[in-house]
Amino acid sequence: LQLDFWLSPRGLGDPVDIRVPFPSLQPLKAHLEANGISYSIMIEDVQTLVDHEQMEMLRSRRGLPLSTNTFDYATYHSLDEIYAFMDLLVAENPNLVSKLEIGRSTENRPLYVLKFSKGGTNRPAVWIDTGIHSREWVTQASGVWFAKKIVLDHENDEGLASILDKMDIFLEIVTNPDGFVFTQTQNRMWRKTRSRNSGSICIGVDPNRNWDAGFGGPGASGNPCSETYHGPYANSEPEVKSIVDFVKNHGNIKAFVSIHSYSQLLLYPYGYTRTPVPDQKELHQISEKAVAALSSLYGTNYKYGSIITTIYQASGGTIDWTYNQGIKYSFTFELRDTGRYGFLLPAKQIVPTAQETWLALKVIMLHARDHLY
Amino acid sequence: QDIDDVGHKYYLELVLEDVLDKDSTVNCTAEVLYHLGNNNIAPDVQVSLEGELKNTDEADNIFYHRIKSLEKELVAENIPDSYGNVPPEMEPIHLLAWVASGYVIWQNSTENTEFHLAQIKHVKQVKRSDEYLEFDYMILLHEMVSQEIIPWQMTVLWHPQHGVQVTQDSRQPKHASE
Repeated sequence: LQLDFWLSPRGLGDPVDIRVPFPSLQPLKAHLEANGISYSIMIEDVQTLVDHEQMEMLRSRRGLPLSTNTFDYATYHSLDEIYAFMDLLVAENPNLVSKLEIGRSTENRPLYVLKFSKGGTNRPAVWIDTGIHSREWVTQASGVWFAKKIVLDHENDEGLASILDKMDIFLEIVTNPDGFVFTQTQNRMWRKTRSRNSGSICIGVDPNRNWDAGFGGPGASGNPCSETYHGPYANSEPEVKSIVDFVKNHGNIKAFVSIHSYSQLLLYPYGYTRTPVPDQKELHQISEKAVAALSSLYGTNYKYGSIITTIYQASGGTIDWTYNQGIKYSFTFELRDTGRYGFLLPAKQIVPTAQETWLALKVIMLHARDHLY
Repeated sequence: QDIDDVGHKYYLELVLEDVLDKDSTVNCTAEVLYHLGNNNIAPDVQVSLEGELKNTDEADNIFYHRIKSLEKELVAENIPDSYGNVPPEMEPIHLLAWVASGYVIWQNSTENTEFHLAQIKHVKQVKRSDEYLEFDYMILLHEMVSQEIIPWQMTVLWHPQHGVQVTQDSRQPKHASE
């Protein structure tokens, strides 16, 4: 009968527990009844329980990856998962990666930046941020991938190795953690920070209108209920102020890239004025090369140009400020797609997006390395 | 082209690409006239296709009969979901919303707007006694320039031979507390 005793017969009066294979159910029941042995069913279907437990185990294993090698880059993660990932990455690569806290968000969440460095003191640096607009989920997800990519390639990839020989890379993956949590718990379409606006029931400031470059001009809104509300004054948002302070204190950042989605664009300053930047020609050429590199992987089409001529007028934007600080190589990306899924980009596009974007980032970083100023 | 006292006319050359088959493309040209002053009039659009659109009769009929034979009215939310997923059986509902939202977008476009369908928040089938399928959609439109997410209600009629009709649509108030 192939009976599997989970509690073997011990003595008179003691219960016996048996797992019974399906074909043996009837014969066993008949035998027990014929001998006046009472029985009860403890578990109707053991297989169901086993299946359920398997599923639970898989799920919990996904929630707590034990290393950045088992981390799933092809899916969207929670803030806690991303913060845990950062710690894992640092622990696995202490000689290359460190984690800096550059400030706290409005809701007091830590703002973390990963520093990738092969040594030196205050080397010229590249800054990359993702997730400043919280609903642009492919950007934070790409940031996580970039972090791992740097670690994987820092020795064997000639280009990256040569960049890190001379420069440090700073990467802020969740630039707007309050907004990010809000997109996961309340409103998937939330863009701004979560700061209270005095005199209004509306919450949040657009962190990409809060910088001190043409602040408050056309291309930003003075209405707290608007998605492009610039805030009460420049740098009112701690998420922005902490980057401003970091950049000023560092003093040696040579390239600054702020990553958004969607539209498939590579943009350089200005957004607040039609006056072209002095370095327009060079930035345009870099953009052309970077976009060609990006397209080479999957054929993804990007347009490029200054913010105001390519997308729309926007004042108080990040890279307008960084450019005016003297960071010549200031760029903004708008990643996939062009509107089919928009902000709700399917997870299976995360890795291809990150891969192609990385090629463009390398073009920018290599150019900076070769043209340090 | 600026046309004095009338508006601005744009001459476009476009390539239409089949969403379900990237290699299938059709060239077309269009003329779009945005009327001066009054933003309440939809732009005039004239389109000519150089070629033919693919025949979708088979898929249309399969979808039509599937919905017609449902015992309970179809109800669904969040298409795509937060992670970009659309269950395969919801894909036609998604595509239908896309077409219908195209009409709404056209009716509400100016030279200073760029709308995209961001998400279907909610869709409910309304049973009809005639041959049409009717769906009551609550969609979110994303407007690029203002970056606003605008809820919009639209009532959509569809029939495999008679095509899509938006019989009613109205902009909805945003929830200020969010």
